[in-house]
This record gives sequence, structure tokens and C-alpha cells, in this order.
Amino acid sequence: MASLVAPDHFSPTEDAAALQKACTGLGTNEKAIIEVLGHRNAAQRKQIRQAYEQLYEEDLVKRLESELTRDFEKAVYRWILDPADRDAVLANVALKKSNPDYPVIIEISCIRTPDELLEVRKAYQLRYKRSLEEDVAAHTTGDIRKLLVGLVSAYRYQGEEINARLANSEADLIHDAIKDKAFSHDEVIRILTTRSKAQLRATFNRYQEDQGTSITKNLLVENPDEILVALRTTIRGLNDPNKYFVKVLSNGIKRAGTDEDDLTRVIVTRAEKDLKEIKEEYYKKNSVSLDQAVAKDTTGDYKAFLLTLLGSEE
Amino acid sequence: MIIKPGTRKRGDDRDEAMAQSDELEALTKAFSGHGVDETTLIAVLGKSHPEKRKAFRKGNPQFFKEDERSFERWDDHRIKLLKREFSRFKNAVVLWAMHPWERDARLMKEALKDGPDSYNVLIEVACTRSSEELLGARRAYHSLFEHSIEEDVASHVHGPERRLLVALVSAYRYEGTKPKEDNAKAEAKTILNVIKSGEKKTDNEEVIRILTTRSKLLLKAVYKDYQEISGSNLDEDLKSDSRLQETVQCLCTPERYFSQVLDLALEIDADKSTKKALTRVIVTRADVDVKEIDEEFNKMYGVRLTKKIEDTANGNYKDFLLRLIAKGD
Repeated sequence: MASLVAPDHFSPTEDAAALQKACTGLGTNEKAIIEVLGHRNAAQRKQIRQAYEQLYEEDLVKRLESELTRDFEKAVYRWILDPADRDAVLANVALKKSNPDYPVIIEISCIRTPDELLEVRKAYQLRYKRSLEEDVAAHTTGDIRKLLVGLVSAYRYQGEEINARLANSEADLIHDAIKDKAFSHDEVIRILTTRSKAQLRATFNRYQEDQGTSITKNLLVENPDEILVALRTTIRGLNDPNKYFVKVLSNGIKRAGTDEDDLTRVIVTRAEKDLKEIKEEYYKKNSVSLDQAVAKDTTGDYKAFLLTLLGSEE
Repeated sequence: MIIKPGTRKRGDDRDEAMAQSDELEALTKAFSGHGVDETTLIAVLGKSHPEKRKAFRKGNPQFFKEDERSFERWDDHRIKLLKREFSRFKNAVVLWAMHPWERDARLMKEALKDGPDSYNVLIEVACTRSSEELLGARRAYHSLFEHSIEEDVASHVHGPERRLLVALVSAYRYEGTKPKEDNAKAEAKTILNVIKSGEKKTDNEEVIRILTTRSKLLLKAVYKDYQEISGSNLDEDLKSDSRLQETVQCLCTPERYFSQVLDLALEIDADKSTKKALTRVIVTRADVDVKEIDEEFNKMYGVRLTKKIEDTANGNYKDFLLRLIAKGD
């Protein structure tokens, strides 16, 4: 369930006016911005942008970019984009880093639904005039390239049907591949990048039954190379997205003082989807609420914004 | 001259013999080639007396064999071939009426089922359709077969081709105008280096990357640049790797590719899967670029595609194909 608290009725023009007021004069009224945008869903935010454009002949996004700074600006910028466009931006930013941020690519391609992923690919082309897979391929090599290009290009079957025999044989394949230390990851990559999510979960469960432990545990080694880390992230994301997000959040919060990209990304991209369940899972794992952890770890407008998206009552 | 019944002149016998052998020839032709000549079959065979049919059987050892129990027996294999030829019109009509997405999904499924000899169809569909058309085919594939095309290709294709084919059917290429930064020359150089080095090209990840992810506009530029820096055409230099060659041809010079496929398909003794291409190509390109293919065909082989079809195909099947080609006029 969404953690976002948004009203059923609203006026795009009133909101646009409020935002414009917040951006005029000396300084910016960040509180007002949070008050409006932090309580609007994607469809509503789109209408506000259109209203703002019509009333003030200016792109609201550009305006906010120039008014806001640092983590708060990054968060608001990502929040105000359409979800597919947002993911396209996140993917591009992740690829352009000097050490490409593979988990972001894996997250977007594995946790979004197949149709959402298609929308991301379209949005990416619109914005960057290249295809997503083109850029992923150009910024990766070897097995990582095989895995990531496969993941972003997939258009998985969306039915719930499971072939138990196939789950069995593919669980065995994965087991054999892992056991053989000098293994080529091709078969594992094939399975992870093409099978439907339902079929994959059946395969993961079968593996767990047969081996008494999960695949990700068996892929844990001292000093794993990139591809192993990426494979574990992929399996996590496909198998249990909520648990995966909790891990990302826990790590992000623990890492004091570093950039808050992960924290921002998870909260902004899940606030309208399943952040409530993620919060529950977070509490189960860490015995402290996500709201509290965020409040402790962040400051100022950035903190206020995140807490608003988390559904915190002031 | 009044001919009394019962009197036969020598000239008549000769005429009759000639007429008979003409008819035999017409019948044989009606059964040969691509599709069957329904009109001739009805006109000649339909009205024929038992004697005529016996003569037809005796005069056609390729269709009928003398059985040890004293009768002329249809060759079983020939019946099988005939079944196919009779079905050609039906298949063309059914394929033509289909939604293009369903059509492409079924073509790909069939190609997978038929095995490596038909994998060129996968390349053809993946590379000559627009990004949206290919996406549509993938959707239809979900509905028809409850799997994704990439999962079926990945699990059925083995060896080095797998990576290429999976990537091709999964592509969603950029189709907009050329972006500012265009590294076609660099990509062409990369490919040339791989070819020169003699390493197995289907295994080379850079060749795969370029062919399976770059936009068609860019790839056409790469094709041109390759020609400039190496002096030869990229698809010729890929001759030792038929999958890669087909990929490049479909992406960069589709009309040439289709003309070649059609030329092979129109051979009288073409094998089953090669022959099927005639229906497939005409039906799938009739709304797209069949006119351009006709022109290219003429350039390459010195004869119009329509003339070649006129000469080699029969009956309703022939008429249907020619109609599809003409409808653009």
C-alpha cells in the first residue's frame, strides 16, 4: 500500500499558485512546497505541472531545480517527474557514474512490472535519444553486460502459471552452476533474464526445498566479484522486493554522511506503491520504525520531505 | 467435311495424341511448382475418362510407381508434397488475414519448432519490423503461447547463436532522428578489427552489442562507414557467419535480403522451409515495401519479381500473391 497521503479532491491551479508563491521573493518557502507536492500523487502532480506551465509559462521542474539545493532538490526533482521518466533518469544517472550503480538498473528492471519497464524504456528513448539497452551495453562488459542488458530488455510473461517440472530442472541447473566453481554464468543469467516472475519464485522455492538454503546464501563468498553480487541482487529483487528494499534502506541509513541517493530513491519510487509494507518489514528487521530511523539520519527540509512521503503526521 | 462416326483419319490420331500429351503436360505442370493450378485440374482431370487418367498415371513416373500387384500407385512422398502445395493458398490467406502481431508471433514460434534451419525467420522478424511492431509481436506471443519469446528462444537455442537471437528478439531500438553524438565510424572500426583478428565473431561481445542494441539508422551509417574503411561490404565479410550476415542484411539492406530469399524460394526444387518464404515474405511485406523489393529483385536478377512468380507459381495461390503485390498500385 502507498504511504503517501493525498487528498481525493484538489485544485491544480491553486496548487500551482501556491508553488509559485513559494518560489517568489527572497528565499524559498520549502515548507509550502513540501506541503503541496508531498501530498499529491503522480496524476495530480502531472496536472499541477500543466497548470503551472499554462499560468506562468515556465516549467515547474526547472523552477524548482533553480530554487532548491542538495538532497532536498534531488528528492523533489525525482518526486515530481512521471514515474517512468523518473526511472529513466535514475537509470541514466546510475550508468553515468564512474562506478556504474548496477543495483539501480537491477531494481528498475526486476521490481517494476513488465509493462512499467516498457514505459521506462519508452521514456528513456524520449529523453536521451538512445535506447536503454544501448546505454547499458555501452557502460558494461562481460557477464555484467549479459545480465543487465538481458534484464532491461526482458518483457516477461505476466501469467501466474507455474511449470513444476521446469522449476525443478532449472533449480538443479542453478545448483550445478553454483557448485562448479569455474562456472559460466550463462545458464543462470538465461533463467533470471527470461523466465516469468511466478516461474522464478517457484524455482527459487524449489531450490530452497532441495538444498535447505536459499540461492543467495549459497552465492555468498568472501570477496565476491561483481557478477556474483549482481546475481544476488537480482535474485533478491525478483524473489522478495520488500525485503530487498529494507536491506537497501538499512544499508543507506547505516552509512552515515554519504550521499542519500539510495534512501531518496527507495522512498520516492515506492511512496505511491508499497512503502507501507516496506515500513512493516523494516520494523520487523530492525526493531525501529523507518520514520524514526529517517528522522535520526537526516536533517532539514530533506528530512521533512521524506517524512511527509512516509505518511508521517506532523 | 462430314466425319461419319466410326471413321478416323490419320491426322486426327496425330492431333489427338498431341492433344493428349499437351493435356498430360498441363496436368503435370498443374501439380508442380508453387501452389496448384486449380482451373486446369478441374478442366482436365475433372472431366477425364478413366483411360485418360490411366494415361496420366502411366505417363508420370515421378508421381506414380508401378506396383507389384499391377496398378499404378501414387508415390507417398509425392502425396505429401501435393498436400503442401494445395495448402499454400490456404496458408497465404490465413496468414494475410491475421493481425500482424499474431502473424509474427506464430512465425517465430514455428521457426523455433522447426529448428536451426529456420532460425533465419527469427532474425528476419526481429530485424525487419519496427520497434513497436516487434513489441506487439511479443505481446501476442504472451497471449498465444503463455511464455515470453525470449524465454522460449533462450531455452530452445543452444550454442553461440543463442545470445544473438535472444538479444535480437528483445530489442526495442531507438527510432528517432540521429542524435548529436554519432560514433558510427568508431563502431565500424570496432567490427573491422574483430573481423580482421579472425576470432569467432558470434562470440565477440562488441559485435553483438553493436548489432543488437544500436538503432537502425546508426547501423546503416556503420554499414556505409565500414564500406569506406575496408573497401568491402559488411555482410560479405560476415559470410562465414550466416547468422550475423543475415542480421546485418536484415537491418541494413532489407530489400536485398528479401530479394535473395524470394529468389531461392522460387526455385522449382527448393526445399520445404525455403519455399515457405515465398508466402511469408509477400504477405508480411505487402503493406510495407513489396514494391521496393520488386525493384531490387529486378536490379539483382534482371527479371521482375511478378514475372518470376507468374512463371513459377500456379492457380489461386499465384493470383493471390500477385494481387498482394499489385495492391499498392
